[in-house]
Amino acid sequence: MLRVDALRAIYPELASRIVVTNMGAAPAELYSLGHQPGFFYLWHAMGLASSVGLGIALARPELPVVVVDGDGSVLMNLGTLTTLARYRPPNLVHLIFDNEVLLSVGRSFTTATATGSDLAAIAAAAGVPRTATVRTEAELQEAFTAALAARELTVLVAKVEPQGPSSYFIDLHLLENRFQFQRHLKGLGRPA
Amino acid sequence: MPVSQANSKVVYDALKACGIRLLSVLPETWLVHLVTLAEEDPEMVLVRLAKEEEGVGISAGAHLAGVRSAMLLQNHGFLASVNGIVSLAQLYRIPLLLLVSHRGGFGEEHPWQTEGGGVTAGVLDALRLQYLTLDAPGDVATRVRDAQALAEASLRPVALLLGRGLMWED
Repeated sequence: MLRVDALRAIYPELASRIVVTNMGAAPAELYSLGHQPGFFYLWHAMGLASSVGLGIALARPELPVVVVDGDGSVLMNLGTLTTLARYRPPNLVHLIFDNEVLLSVGRSFTTATATGSDLAAIAAAAGVPRTATVRTEAELQEAFTAALAARELTVLVAKVEPQGPSSYFIDLHLLENRFQFQRHLKGLGRPA
Repeated sequence: MPVSQANSKVVYDALKACGIRLLSVLPETWLVHLVTLAEEDPEMVLVRLAKEEEGVGISAGAHLAGVRSAMLLQNHGFLASVNGIVSLAQLYRIPLLLLVSHRGGFGEEHPWQTEGGGVTAGVLDALRLQYLTLDAPGDVATRVRDAQALAEASLRPVALLLGRGLMWED
């Protein structure tokens, strides 16, 4: 499965939701499918996309939040899985694309998931109530839709090929994205 | 334990007075009473972290979602959070209020605190973070309010160092 095809398969579900991505291929591919005002791309600060998603999910419990993450980023902040599990926000789905490499550096340096570290199992052992690993677009679509309906903290690991877009450039400055995203959240009503 | 309960309450009340509704913390000795006050306060969302840098992300998310937050951490946790502060809070212009217990300064008895104590101000300066020390309870309310105002006006992190004179009763 290619990550861009996986994103395309769930794009209709993502489009109306609050989505926080990590850096690199995932934001470039999601942006190429169509930017939405509820999409926030966290360039840099590797590992913290899940923490930003947790902050939004706790601040606005009425809003469904999806974090789109990668294996390299999650491995940099494994403690986040224990913090997510501890506070267990029912409005958060943490989707991790696992291509088993650090792709964006130019050569495919493998991560520890290439040698057997199982992020879904780590999340489950951290106490995340719903976890799964998916390998096809159909499996992802089904698991993702079920996770949104379940209203229970879910970590989904989607195994993808180590291939990215030809360019990581997106025509949206990170500060433009940041302020538009904040304004969009404000427009969705007052914090609970 | 000679951590000042009364002054911890002064700090906590100052945070509440300026609208802080989410606190992320990694507990340490000087912060014990502050964490307990947050735990017992139904108006406060308390997030206990595995490592301090997570708190930068959580506060950034809370800010974007319209909730005022702060981080409570030791200076060694501040040192552990530097990339998050630079690559998220500064890069993305997040008004992050940091309350940092300043261990390892004058009067410190634990050898392991002393290196961090000596470099904290220098790292804050290198990051171009504005900061003040809270050493006297009478200054706390004003300085916390002013720090929050500066963070929101500058859209940058601002630090308040919790000094030994405030937090410790020898």
